[in-house]
Amino acid sequence: MTPTQSSTSGYIEMVKRSLIATVIAFFLFLPTLGIKTSASGGVTGLFLQYRWTLLAVGCGLIFIGRMAIEIFGQKHEGQPKAAKAPSALNVFFGSSKVAKAVGPLLLAFAIVFPFLPFSDRYILDLGILIITYVMLGWGLQIVVGLAGLLDLGYVAFYAVGAYSYALLSIHFGFGFWLCLPLAGVLAATWGVVLGFPVLRLRGDYLAIVTLAFGEIIRIILLNWRSFTGGSNGISSIPRPSFFGLPFNQEPGGFAATFGLEYSTSQRIIFLYFLILALAIFTFFVTARLRRLPIGRAWEALREDEIACRSLGINTVNTKLSAFAIGAMFGGFAGSFFAAKQAFVSPESFNFMESATILAIVVLGGMSSQLGVVFSAIAMVGGVELLRQLQFLKVLFGPDFDPSQLRLLLFGLAMILMMLWRPRGLVSTRTPTVFLKDEKAVSAAMISQGRG
Amino acid sequence: MNYFLQQLINGITLGSIYGLIAIGYTMVYGIIGMINFAHGDVFMVGAFVSLITIIIFGITGTSSVAVGIGVLILVAAISMVIAGIYGWTIERLAYRPLRGSFRLAPLITAIGVSIFLQNFVQATQGARVKPLQAIISGGFTLLESNDFVVRITYMQILIVVLTFVLMAGFTYLISKTSLGRAQRACEQDMKMAMLLGIDVNTTISTTFVIGAALAAVAGLMYLLYYGVIDFYIGFAAGIKAFTAAVLGGVGSLPGAMLGGLVIGLIEVFFAAYFSSEYKDVAAFSMLIVVLIFMPQGLLGRPEIEKV
Amino acid sequence: MSQPLLSVNQLTMRFGGLTAVDAVSFDVHRNHITAVIGPNGAGKTTAFNCITGFYKPTDGQIVLTHSDDREFKLEEMEDFKISQTAKVARTFQNIRLFGGMTVLENLMIAQHNYLMKASLYTLAGIFNMPSYQRAQKIAKEKAQFWMDRIGITDRADDPAAALPYGDQRRLEIARAMCTDPVLLCLDEPAAGLNPRESEELNALLRSIRDTNNVGVLLIEHDMSVVMEISDHVIVLDYGRKISDGTATEVRNDPAVIKAYLGVVED
Repeated sequence: MTPTQSSTSGYIEMVKRSLIATVIAFFLFLPTLGIKTSASGGVTGLFLQYRWTLLAVGCGLIFIGRMAIEIFGQKHEGQPKAAKAPSALNVFFGSSKVAKAVGPLLLAFAIVFPFLPFSDRYILDLGILIITYVMLGWGLQIVVGLAGLLDLGYVAFYAVGAYSYALLSIHFGFGFWLCLPLAGVLAATWGVVLGFPVLRLRGDYLAIVTLAFGEIIRIILLNWRSFTGGSNGISSIPRPSFFGLPFNQEPGGFAATFGLEYSTSQRIIFLYFLILALAIFTFFVTARLRRLPIGRAWEALREDEIACRSLGINTVNTKLSAFAIGAMFGGFAGSFFAAKQAFVSPESFNFMESATILAIVVLGGMSSQLGVVFSAIAMVGGVELLRQLQFLKVLFGPDFDPSQLRLLLFGLAMILMMLWRPRGLVSTRTPTVFLKDEKAVSAAMISQGRG
Repeated sequence: MNYFLQQLINGITLGSIYGLIAIGYTMVYGIIGMINFAHGDVFMVGAFVSLITIIIFGITGTSSVAVGIGVLILVAAISMVIAGIYGWTIERLAYRPLRGSFRLAPLITAIGVSIFLQNFVQATQGARVKPLQAIISGGFTLLESNDFVVRITYMQILIVVLTFVLMAGFTYLISKTSLGRAQRACEQDMKMAMLLGIDVNTTISTTFVIGAALAAVAGLMYLLYYGVIDFYIGFAAGIKAFTAAVLGGVGSLPGAMLGGLVIGLIEVFFAAYFSSEYKDVAAFSMLIVVLIFMPQGLLGRPEIEKV
Repeated sequence: MSQPLLSVNQLTMRFGGLTAVDAVSFDVHRNHITAVIGPNGAGKTTAFNCITGFYKPTDGQIVLTHSDDREFKLEEMEDFKISQTAKVARTFQNIRLFGGMTVLENLMIAQHNYLMKASLYTLAGIFNMPSYQRAQKIAKEKAQFWMDRIGITDRADDPAAALPYGDQRRLEIARAMCTDPVLLCLDEPAAGLNPRESEELNALLRSIRDTNNVGVLLIEHDMSVVMEISDHVIVLDYGRKISDGTATEVRNDPAVIKAYLGVVED
């Protein structure tokens, strides 16, 4: 076959495949993009809104997209699939020397962040949110990344921490610094209670059981009104003070004591440094634990549970410890959340939260703490960027809220992530003890468990 | 007693719906060992497609039962086709590329697909609930007494009968035809099946399509039974149906149906006699109980791990 | 003959209707290498899994006796306890190293229980107390000892999965030895090894037998390994023991020849 002949029939084949994809897309989009059910202002039921332009646009995009994949996919025909070069990010951050440099840089940036010129209230809140997710990510990373236990109900521990703080501070008048360790202990206990019956289950089953647990806790929080306030939640939670000095305009307040002009951002900045301190604490503890026998046992557990048992390791206790310690950090983060918001309700603790935190861990790379930082910034920051994209209202109509797209793109990101980089952005693993050279272990060799 | 009977009827009806969804879970888990997290949301899509098709046909408020049933069967068929396409596409785009990958990868993708589907429908159809007036109303009064009347509606009869027919049909399909044999071969040893010339890809795709089609019918029945749907119904229904699949024994179709009935009955009785707010807790707790005490389910085979 | 290290007595394992191991009895002695051989399906791995706790035997006793006369009933014990308390270590037919972890890490994990106690269940470890630092140093030295012994010290920081196959097999044995066992159970340690690697394996096992005061129990198909190093051979066929003696005795036993080669039809 001469080159010109094959390329023509090749192109015809590409067009054919793209057309098939478009036809399939047509049927997928027809009852979603194409026809919309709307409530009429009137009495009876729904009427249908036909959006042919939207449907055409959707199908057109699929056609173009598929053609693009066909054309640019051609180049990779000859290469064997295994020859996927590690990403630049991977090579860069996989090397622990680099990681050791980047870490302190990020920390320095985080410390000066509130004082930078662009850091207004909104940006500070975003920063607090990101750091909270980083902390949650590091906590879940112990369970999912190190020990290889897929927990889809991590938000339950976040909730326990938040409600513990709320109830303890309101009913007993405990201060933040007393509630914090108590919340951690309660969450860890809850982790053991939840974990004990289910930790011998295989991966998929464990995942869905933890999901069920998370939902059960949410439903209980929603309906046990006498204890948790039900869907109204608990409000008027005491706000944190600067070690006894309240953040108000009074003479005994923070501003007056330090001779500063009162401003609402003082409390926010304090909260920012509070979560930063908690996160740094989480980082150091988890990094240290990783190097201890318990951390090695977690990773060995993920690699091969049966081999662990053959070496005399009590894998049930090992799993429980991972669960409990991960839960504890979730509890700490939860109590911070309650203190910051001064209000908790069950709706903040749904499955989407668990999925978000899981995505952050998976996206960042199961073994890389630095990776979690990057993915949290990408996920949370990226979502906020979306909120700014007002032009999408033009496409979807005036009552369209861009934050709806947020979760949509989130789901899409999870899928694409798994297809493109299932091991996460930074997928190498640094050994915990070394004789001579600290060499990074590539992702290909790290197993995610045989069950 | 009458109250009990009524709840029994309601429970069996709801259980049939769960059973149909559970079949999809059990078949997919049996053949490729993954929990298709997005299956519940395919059920939801099926419900929406049914809703749209019903409105297009304009049969709401029809008095003729025969016309109603006839059109509904057509609606079911259309819904099955579209949901089948969804099921096929999901498997092809999101699961097949990950078949060799590490164990958690397909599960995470499936969660992504589930979130995507839910929010895709929310974004395109709106977040509000979608009501539908009754199409087939009326039924039989079975028992009458002073305090309670036991009724069985035509709707309920339709649901149970349709479920039974589909169940029987697909069980026949699985056990007697070459598709069924291919499925069982893939379940046992996929590499060997491939070497023997079985088209593993097509077998898996067909499994997904069948599961999706049945879920679509369940979606239609859910719509007719409750009269209202929204983009989130797949989440809870999915977990309950998965519980049903595990309860019945993963890989067993009759088990999925049996499990569905049990879960449906538990949910209805718990709501009727204890608390309707916590009925989901009862169903979800069943999952935990089953997996701890009876992981192979009622009709399944215990697994022995080879060292 | 001194008291046996391991005494297997009427061990029986049934899976539903199938009897995989049928009333098998044999002894394993310290400082001896005992090989269990037999045609495929004879029940060797099943018996092995019963001894090491991965299956619960349907019937029979498995008694392990330490040098201080403490006895352990292995048929009642959980798998990890058999390793942790009774000090029985094993390797696997399909190598189960921690591939994504380095050679050194593999050997350190084997000393997990020792290090956990020394770190006061992580408490002393978190604060990096001297007692923990000392224990870690000792553990590292033991790991280094074994790496030197099997000749892979230069690959200490490489992931275990990157090692050549023969080295992986010996690493698995070294890892098992790092748990300080009294009984070392090896499931087909020579599988997939070329003649040179088999020789290295033989040398390693002989040296372990001679210097480490353990009993070695192995399943093997490779007759060169079995005949070369075994002090004691047990032959299973269809779940039953058909021969028990030295390598030479067993090789000439007509029952064994029949099991492997069959009888000439008249």
